Amino acid sequence: MESLAALLTQALHLLLVLLAAALVEGCLRWLKARMQGRIGASPLQPLRDFRKLLRKRPVLAENASWISRAAPYAGVTVALAALALVPSFARGMALAPLADLVLIAGLLAAGRMALALAGMDAGTAFGGLGAAREMSFAALAEPALLLVVLVLAMLAGSTGLEAIGTLFQDGSLGLRVSLGMALVAMLAVAVAENARIPVDNPATHLELTMVHEAMLLEASGRHLALWQAASALRLTLWLALLAAIFFPFGTAPVGFAPLDWAVGALAWLAKMGVLCLALAVFESAIAKMRVFRVPEFLGTALLLGLLGALLLFLSTRLA
Amino acid sequence: MLTALLLTLAGLGLLGLCAVPLSRARWGWMVVHGGALVASALFAGLGLAVLAGGALPAQALPLAIPGVAAQVAVDALSAWFLLILGLAGACASLFALAHARHAPPRLLAAYPLFLAGMALTLIAADGFTLVLGFEAMSLASWILIAAEHEDAAHRRAARLYLAFALFAGACLIPAMGLLGGAAGDVSFAAIRAAPPEGWVAAAVLGLVLAGAGSKAGLLPMMVWLPPYAAAPSHVAALMSGAMSKVALYVLARVLLDLSGPAQPLWWGVPLLVLGAASAVFGALRANLESDGKTLLACSTIENVGLIAVGLGLAACFRAADLGVLAGLAAGAALLHALNHALFKSLLFLGLGEVQHAAASRHLDRLGGLIHVMPVTAAAVLVGAAAAASLPPLSGFASEWLLLQALLAAWRVGDLAFQVLGVVAVAAVALAAALAAAAMLRMFGLIFLGRPRTPRAAGAQDGRLAARLALLLPAGLTVLFGLMPGPLLDLAAGAVQILAPQGVTERGSLAVLRVGDGGARYWPIGVALVLAVLGGAVWWLVRQRSPAGVARGPAWDGGFMAPPPHLPFGDPMTQPSATGFGQPLRRMLGGSLLAAHESVVMPRPGDPGPAHVTSGQMDPTETLLLAPVARLRDALAGWADRLRDLSLTACLILPFSTLVALLALTAWLEAR
Repeated sequence: MESLAALLTQALHLLLVLLAAALVEGCLRWLKARMQGRIGASPLQPLRDFRKLLRKRPVLAENASWISRAAPYAGVTVALAALALVPSFARGMALAPLADLVLIAGLLAAGRMALALAGMDAGTAFGGLGAAREMSFAALAEPALLLVVLVLAMLAGSTGLEAIGTLFQDGSLGLRVSLGMALVAMLAVAVAENARIPVDNPATHLELTMVHEAMLLEASGRHLALWQAASALRLTLWLALLAAIFFPFGTAPVGFAPLDWAVGALAWLAKMGVLCLALAVFESAIAKMRVFRVPEFLGTALLLGLLGALLLFLSTRLA
Repeated sequence: MLTALLLTLAGLGLLGLCAVPLSRARWGWMVVHGGALVASALFAGLGLAVLAGGALPAQALPLAIPGVAAQVAVDALSAWFLLILGLAGACASLFALAHARHAPPRLLAAYPLFLAGMALTLIAADGFTLVLGFEAMSLASWILIAAEHEDAAHRRAARLYLAFALFAGACLIPAMGLLGGAAGDVSFAAIRAAPPEGWVAAAVLGLVLAGAGSKAGLLPMMVWLPPYAAAPSHVAALMSGAMSKVALYVLARVLLDLSGPAQPLWWGVPLLVLGAASAVFGALRANLESDGKTLLACSTIENVGLIAVGLGLAACFRAADLGVLAGLAAGAALLHALNHALFKSLLFLGLGEVQHAAASRHLDRLGGLIHVMPVTAAAVLVGAAAAASLPPLSGFASEWLLLQALLAAWRVGDLAFQVLGVVAVAAVALAAALAAAAMLRMFGLIFLGRPRTPRAAGAQDGRLAARLALLLPAGLTVLFGLMPGPLLDLAAGAVQILAPQGVTERGSLAVLRVGDGGARYWPIGVALVLAVLGGAVWWLVRQRSPAGVARGPAWDGGFMAPPPHLPFGDPMTQPSATGFGQPLRRMLGGSLLAAHESVVMPRPGDPGPAHVTSGQMDPTETLLLAPVARLRDALAGWADRLRDLSLTACLILPFSTLVALLALTAWLEAR
């Protein structure tokens, strides 16, 4: 019975996050358009684009290898696998024992690698440029993420998402300065990893300023559709991760509990909505940075993570 | 079983001696490399047998040296590293069987001796035999590096290597002397009975770190390491895969086993700090090098650094009475040593294959090889992904364990150590991400894109033996990635030696588990989830999307297609090795590697091109090598003056030396 409930939770979770991934990008664009005083396209527009692109046969460069054909599937698969591990509306999913923050960081790195390989495959200047920049940003984002993981692991005694979420949900921890710093650091990493403003502009049409999109210049048809799906899944993953760690209220407990699940799902959707709104406000209020200012942005995240850990040492020492 | 091992060693020595006459025969090279292959397989098999069965007690070596009781023994730690040596040696020998047909006799002679030296170091049970094996390994590998001495760069690499080999010996011999103590008994049993204390312990730590650390490739004594890319590919693979591990074995054996468990907390700190610094430094430098094999050598510095971090952490946890965590850190270090030996051998051999087929190892002269060398490309992709620590491959499993150990470093109560632990977490994460960038750069520039030279366009995959030499480590990399749990169980005896206070059972059914209810990593589950989801995505897309792809010229941001006389386009429009490293050079290289970059623009109205100059310097070269070179010149100047001495002075010098030596002997007798 328990394993059945776990499987059911997992299946419902997958459905819910797929729904969220289909909407999150469109909602974000719609919110930003509204803030800029435009009417904006329907939030369903990315979904329509996806279906249109999926029906098209991709055009590959003459010298593209099997990497270009396999990488989009790999990118979507790792993003989906990572998303399947992050709890949304309930605990006790079938894959919960696998949900480890270091593993999720590894899966994200694998997705990044697939994208960068695809970018380099055709041997064009922009693809290589984008790949080099993406990997360089990741080199700074990853230590910052790991320091956040360190702070969480010190508090929860584990890097498992289930343990961290359960601890933070019961509220015995209270508010801590370290957690605030970790939250800010994680937000900065999330912005960089998802290629959002101010690190990268997903809507740019100027190749020189692109990072993420520069690697996709050669992709078309269903491959482009898959890459866009991977990017939407990754954005959903980061928002879900933030919600699962820092705002775990309302998440349903382990076991078969339809009423709790409904509450959890509503709470999760509300949390995702608020996070989307916050991201839209942030993106509308800030300008894109020069590429070589990004290290400072991520360096700040790194320092915040470091400070968070140090404060935690001192506070446990004083207590 | 020990007899079989000694017989294998003797056989290797004999093979080395007979290599020169054998090389006259047409099949001589096959006998030598085939013998090395068999010996490597035996090493691996014996290592496995001891790990599964139990340690072999010490036995006196039939060596007639007066006053020295040379002993050999194989315990679990030796057996683990023998297994590593055997696997790396088997891959390298297989590759040599495919490619080293025209090897010069000196290369044939030194190769089996190199293997024998490494094995002797691993099975030594006293300080004398250990140093003997270590020096045999150093000298044999020097001959291998100097094999192509017609080239000035190779000569320089060999000279530098020899200097560092002598330096390592000059550090290890006094260290063993200090460990032997007043009685002068350097057998491991005697050293364990009376571990060093006080200043002796500190001196041993410094000497062993300098001696074995320089051979392993730890900062700051790794100046010799990048140039060894000059050696033939199978030798470079063996040096990177096995020799650095033998040096790490010496570090682990002396610092964690022989020096006893009663060392203070700071005992592991130098290893931890040097390891973390080497990891970051090596990974960053790997992003800036444009020679493929030098890049891999720099990546070896990174991985050796990670292993050293694991060993240092184990020592610190042990001193703080955190036995389980010490076992975790030691297990991570041992597992990473095995995984790194395999994937780095694979990468070096893959690059050897590339060099053989496309006649270059410079990233700027290759490109597009995935079309003409599909097998090599697939194997190297597996190795690169493991080196970039992507799940579910082997590199990720061991780095996951290492990170779990590092994330628990705060449990040591000391505040300074906690801060060090946080910095080490950031350094290891930075190194891992930088390694991923370096591996992408290597694979992308060599195998993807368009050929940059005609030779790269005409390359092809190697022969069957060469393919096997690549597919064997690639398969093992995947396999070891999926089952780190059983491997850790196998290494339990070795972990017990490094962290004796108790290791609870941890690896069951391929699950890695940390503590009770702590973090878990289940690679088979991850692989299954990836396979199921990937299959589902593929099937769903297939339902909706028309099959196949259309081909056309690259879009390339709208640039026009290249003219017909450039069938692969203009190579200059592709990303270059320097260009690909540019973001990281600007972000991190300035402070760490003294990287510089300047643009000279033409005057307004001048149609001439702008010039970019960029470069980097290894700071250890200016800080370490330059003063040593100056000292050498000064000493040579002093010695030069002796030539102008008068006859009387020439007679006084040896006479006073004789008197001084006699006085020293008399003083020692009197004590």
